[in-house]
Amino acid sequence: MSAPFQRHRITPWILMAPQLGIVLVFFFWPALQAIEQAFYVEDAFGLSREFAGLVNFKAVLSDPTYYQAAGTTLIFSLAVAVGAMSIALLLAVMADRVIRGARVYRTLLVWPYAVAPAVAGVLWLFLFDPTLGLISGLLGNMGIEWDHKLNGAQALALVIMASIWKQMSYNFVFFLAALQSVPNSLLEAAAIDRAGPWRRFWTITFPLLSPTAFFLLVMNSVYAFFETFGTIDTVTSGGPGGATTTLVYKVYQDGFVGQDMGASAAQSVLLMALVGGLTWFQFRYVEKKVQY
Amino acid sequence: MQRAFLLSSLGITLALGAYASSAQANTQITWWHAMGGALGDKVDQIAADFNASQDTYTVKPVFKGNYSETMTSAIAAYRADKGPDIVQIYEVGTATMMAAKGAIVPAYQLMASADVDFDPEGYLPAVTGYYTDPEGNMLSLPFNSSTPVTYYNRERLAQAGVEEIPRTWQELGDALEKIVDSGAASCGLTTTWPSWVMLENYSAINDVPFASQANGFEGADARLRFNRTAVVDQIERLTRWQDDGRFAYGGRFDDAAPKFYSGDCALMMASSASYANIKENADFDFGVAPLPYDADVVEQANNSIIGGASLWVLDGLDEARRQGVAEFFEYLSSPDIQADWHQYSGYLPITQAAADLTRKQGFYADHPGTDVAIKQITTGEPTENSKGLRLGNMVQIRDVINGELEEIFSGDVGVQEGLDEAVSRGNALLEKFESARQ
Repeated sequence: MSAPFQRHRITPWILMAPQLGIVLVFFFWPALQAIEQAFYVEDAFGLSREFAGLVNFKAVLSDPTYYQAAGTTLIFSLAVAVGAMSIALLLAVMADRVIRGARVYRTLLVWPYAVAPAVAGVLWLFLFDPTLGLISGLLGNMGIEWDHKLNGAQALALVIMASIWKQMSYNFVFFLAALQSVPNSLLEAAAIDRAGPWRRFWTITFPLLSPTAFFLLVMNSVYAFFETFGTIDTVTSGGPGGATTTLVYKVYQDGFVGQDMGASAAQSVLLMALVGGLTWFQFRYVEKKVQY
Repeated sequence: MQRAFLLSSLGITLALGAYASSAQANTQITWWHAMGGALGDKVDQIAADFNASQDTYTVKPVFKGNYSETMTSAIAAYRADKGPDIVQIYEVGTATMMAAKGAIVPAYQLMASADVDFDPEGYLPAVTGYYTDPEGNMLSLPFNSSTPVTYYNRERLAQAGVEEIPRTWQELGDALEKIVDSGAASCGLTTTWPSWVMLENYSAINDVPFASQANGFEGADARLRFNRTAVVDQIERLTRWQDDGRFAYGGRFDDAAPKFYSGDCALMMASSASYANIKENADFDFGVAPLPYDADVVEQANNSIIGGASLWVLDGLDEARRQGVAEFFEYLSSPDIQADWHQYSGYLPITQAAADLTRKQGFYADHPGTDVAIKQITTGEPTENSKGLRLGNMVQIRDVINGELEEIFSGDVGVQEGLDEAVSRGNALLEKFESARQ
C-alpha cells in the first residue's frame, strides 16, 4: 500500500506547504519571539533592550497576583470545560431523539458558536447589568442581590456562564455526530436483552463517544485557557479586584495595557509550558481510557 | 503565454499604483484616536473641516478603540514602522510617552521647526502643565481635557428637601442622609473612574500628596503616599456610606453612569465631559456642581486636576508631514475650533482665547453648569499636590487601586489594609518604571 507514496517524496510536502507555512508564520514564529522576549527587559517602544536572564521569570513567580490568577484559571477552566461538555452532551442526546423538526433544533443549538466572543460577552453583560439587566432585575425581585461589579464570585460565575454558552455549540456538533454514528444494531440488541435506556447509554453509547469526548476535553481546555479572553474583557475586564483575571488575561493586562513586554512574554512562555504539559498529560493518561 | 500574463499583471499593478498616487496627490496625515460615538463624529467633522480649509494636507482620523487599545496599537505599529503620525494618548500614559525619547517629536519642537504661529503662553497652564517637561516645554498638544464634577438630579434633591448643593464632604453626608431617609432615591451618590475621582482628585483638592516628589513631577523616584493621608478617612467614609445607602459603587471607567441615568442614585461624580451624554440619557432636570472639599482637611478647595488625553506626534515624519501636523495643531488650537469642541463635548478649552470666546458667545449663561469645570480647575494657584500626576506605569497603578477599592467595598479587606496593599503593589510598579529608565 505504501509503495505509491514512497515514489512521491516531494509531493506530500508541496501539498502540505500552505498549511505548514501558516503554522510557521502564525504559530511558531510568534512563539519563538515570545520566548526570546521573555529574557529581555525592554521599554514599550523598543528603544532600549537589555538581556536580563531570568529576571522576568523571577518577578512573575514572586508575584502573589500571578498565583491568584493561576487559581482563578484552574476554577474557571475546569468549570468551563466540564460545564460546556456536559450540557452539550445532554442537548445532543435530546436533539438526537427529536424526529420532527430535528434540523431546526440543531441549527438553533449551533448558532451561538457563530457569535464572536466579545459580542457574546456583551449579550450576557446586558442581561446581568446590576442596574439595567433583565436577569439581575429578576434576581433582585427574588431577593438575590446581583452585583458582579463588586462580588467576585458572581463575576466569575458570569464569565463562566458566558464562556460555556459560547463553547457549548461546538461540543454539541461533535457529540451529535458521534451519537449518530453509534450503530443502532448494538442498541437494539441491548434493548432485546432488557437493558433500559439509562443502562444502554452508559454501557454502549457513552464508551463509543469516548474518542469524541477526549478530543473535546483537549479542545475545551485550550479554549478555556486561551480563547475566553474576549468574553472576560467585555464582561468584567478581569475585575472586581482581580477575581476574574485568568492567566491569559493577565498576559494581556501586563503586556498590552501595562506595556511591560518582558513580564508579559515570560508569562506567556509559562502558560505555553503549562498548557503543553496539560495536553501531554491528557494524551498520556486520559487517552488510555478512550476506546477507539 | 506566461510572459504575456506577467506583463499584463505588471501593467495592471502600475496602473493601480498610478491611480492610487493620483488619489493622494496631497499629503496624508493619519490620526489615531479613541473618541467613540458622538465625540468620534465630532473628530471626523473637525478633520473634514480642516481638509476643506486647505488642499495641501488630508488628515485622516481613525478610531482605534478605547484609550489603552489606541495606545497599544500605536506602540505596536510604531515598532513595526507603521505608526500613525498623530496619536491620542490618555493622561496616565504621559510618563510612558515622555520616557520614549526618540520615538516622539515633542510638540514644541515640531511647532518651532514648522512655519506656523505658536504661542505657548496662550494655553491654559492648568491644562498644559500636565503635558510639559520640567523646563516648561509643551511635549504634546492637549486635546480633550476634563476634570470631575458633581452632577445632581434636581428632582430627587427637591423631593428630599435638599435646597443647597453641599460644598464639603461633611455637608454632603447630611444631604445624602436626607435623600436616602426620605426615600427620594435608593442610593445617594455614585462615582465613575473611582481612583481618578476619589483618590487622585480628592488629594489635589484637599492639598494632600498622592505620591512623593511632588506627585512625580520632581523625579522618577516618586512613591505613593495615599495610604497615610486623609484619603484613608475618605475611603472609610465611603464604606460607611455604602452601608447605609448613601454611596453605591458602580464599577470602573464610566460604568456607574446608568445608576445616575436611571435615577437610582441622586448624585454622581463624573467627568465634565460626560455632560453631553448625561443630557442625552437623563430624562430629568440635572445640575452641575464642583466637587466638594473636606472641611476636616482644608479651609478651602484647591484646584482639581485633569484627565483626558493629548495628541502626541510619533517620529518618522518627512518634512511635508511635519509641516502638515503643525498646521493641523495650529488649526485645532484656534479659538473657534476650541470653543466649538469645548461647547459640544464638555471638555475644557485649552486656550484662554477659547474660554473667553465661549463666555462672549453667552454659552455659559445659556447652559448653566458648563463653566463649573473651568472654574474648578483655575481655582487659586496650583500647589505641588494639585499640579497633576506624573507617575510611570500609571495605567497599571490605577488598575491596582481600582482592584483594591473593589475589595474594600465588597468587604473582603479593611480600608487601611486595602490601601496599604494598593500602595505597595503600586510602588513595585513605580520601581520597575524607574529601573527601566536607567
